[in-house]
Amino acid sequence: MGHITFIEYDGTQHDVDLEAGKSLMQIAMDNGVPGVDADCGGECACGTCHVILEANWFPETGEVVDDEKQMLAMTPEQAETSRLACQVHTTNEMDGMVVRLPEFQM
Amino acid sequence: MTDRCIIIGASHAAAQLVPSLRQEGWQGEIVIVGDEPHLPYHRPPLSKAFLSGEKTAEELPIRPAAFYDKNEATFYHGYVRAIDRVKKSVLLENGDVLSYDKLVLCTGARVRKINVPGAELGGVHYLRNIADVEGIQAHIATGKNAVIIGGGYIGLETAASLTKQGMQVVVLEMAERILQRVTPPEVSSFYARIHAEEGVEIKTNVQVTQITGEQTVQSVLCDDGQTFPADVVIVGVGVIPNAELAEQAGLEVNNGIRVNAQCVTTDPNIFAAGDCTNHFNDMYDCQLRLESVPNANEQAKVAAATLCGNPKTYNSLPWFWSDQYDLKLQIAGLSRGFDHMVVRGDQDKGRSFAAFYYKEGRLIAADCVNRPKEFMLSKKMITQRSMLAPELLCDESVTVKALIEQLR
Ligand SMILES: Cc1cc2nc3c(=O)[nH]c(=O)nc-3n(C[C@H](O)[C@H](O)[C@H](O)COP(=O)(O)OP(=O)(O)OC[C@H]3O[C@@H](n4cnc5c(N)ncnc54)[C@H](O)[C@@H]3O)c2cc1C
Ligand code: FES
Repeated sequence: MGHITFIEYDGTQHDVDLEAGKSLMQIAMDNGVPGVDADCGGECACGTCHVILEANWFPETGEVVDDEKQMLAMTPEQAETSRLACQVHTTNEMDGMVVRLPEFQM
Repeated sequence: MTDRCIIIGASHAAAQLVPSLRQEGWQGEIVIVGDEPHLPYHRPPLSKAFLSGEKTAEELPIRPAAFYDKNEATFYHGYVRAIDRVKKSVLLENGDVLSYDKLVLCTGARVRKINVPGAELGGVHYLRNIADVEGIQAHIATGKNAVIIGGGYIGLETAASLTKQGMQVVVLEMAERILQRVTPPEVSSFYARIHAEEGVEIKTNVQVTQITGEQTVQSVLCDDGQTFPADVVIVGVGVIPNAELAEQAGLEVNNGIRVNAQCVTTDPNIFAAGDCTNHFNDMYDCQLRLESVPNANEQAKVAAATLCGNPKTYNSLPWFWSDQYDLKLQIAGLSRGFDHMVVRGDQDKGRSFAAFYYKEGRLIAADCVNRPKEFMLSKKMITQRSMLAPELLCDESVTVKALIEQLR
């Protein structure tokens, strides 16, 4: 099985198993990665699963839908490669992906 | 002997307590006692994606079994009958006794039952857990009649899910308008219009007097003489906090289990989190009992920190969401007591607008329908106690981005 690395704002690293098919948010939740709140459980309704992908991985994660775009546009720590983790569906091609967490979830 | 923390109730609050307790340094045992035969699961989809069949039961658990194993949290299937605060133990219905060092009450809420003749007939359902939804699903079929009693969010979400599946749906509401307890007339009439457009019949000012049928329901009778044919009846008339256990143990209870801002009850070894609590909200300067997942999560984090000796203070903005058809409603804050309201967009046309609620010149809440930007802006404004003028918010020629710039 592949793996994904989450890096908290303070630098703490979490290497977790990549279970392809699950959302990136669910993978973070399954492994208790702090810093992803996911209040709405993946409904794209809360904006508390904001993650920032390492640039080279961004194109791998598919299209950003309108709702997600609008919510991301309002998060103070938005970066070029920001995503809502619940809207990223993982595939085996994401093995080795590095995901950074913002300081705060809004 | 290691310390033991017992959590009563295996749902949203419990699922957040486990990781939070470990992160805060709890090294003892964690035992979760719950009376539902499932791992803690997401409850909101029950009236949304799960009811409409877009999500399966396998997709509902909040975290997988392996997560609890890894965090050494064990489940104990059963119902807690009593708490003995002197002996520091809980008594289960099957007679088992478990001792605790710390106890967290996450007993949530249960549905309010209606008391009319026929309420016990087959085909009359409530909606709080997986079993309820499975009961409802057995009746779903194109062209069949569903009567929903109660026009709150859960009733309306249910109406949307069932119409989408081809059922004929009627919603019966006792008050003069749907959503009366939670929104002003403008938002109620928006939802009434949408449901009418989608083919749901909404009747207000009606009281159900009887449900008729032999073994199973056939029709619903109202006080004004109207009769509605029904193959299934779903009742959504609110919930009651499960606070009796705490009350019998002598803890302070008043419309929920009283907790302080650190989520401690009137016993320093007993904590509470989620729908079962009644707590003080600093932002709104009042006692609250909330029914929302974000609140359950946040209180679980606070309780875990306090329990581990790192007291944390609960101070978060209540928020909620509701999905009906293609409408995503996001609610920031609590609108009760507002003295001024402005709308961005037009709630009488189309399917997107944001209503902003002000009190004494300050934004206190917002209802945002298909307006995620406005929702994020509102969250920010409310927490920052922003005085940004209502005239600016309802002016669509000013972009949300420009508004947020003004906050910085
Ligand atoms: C259909 C529906 C839709 C909803 N939609 C939304 C939404 O869109 N957004 C939102 O924020 N919230 C929504 N909610 C509310 C949300 O589900 C609750 O706020 C949340 O579940 C509260 O979690 P909790 O852990 O406090 O308690 P609960 O989820 O109520 O769980 C309490 C658990 O404790 C068990 N229990 C109680 N007493 C005992 C005992 N003595 N012994 C053993 N076990 C016991 C109960 O059986 C239950 O399993 C919805 C709720 C429902 C029913
Ligand atoms: S979990 Fe709420 S938006 Fe992703």
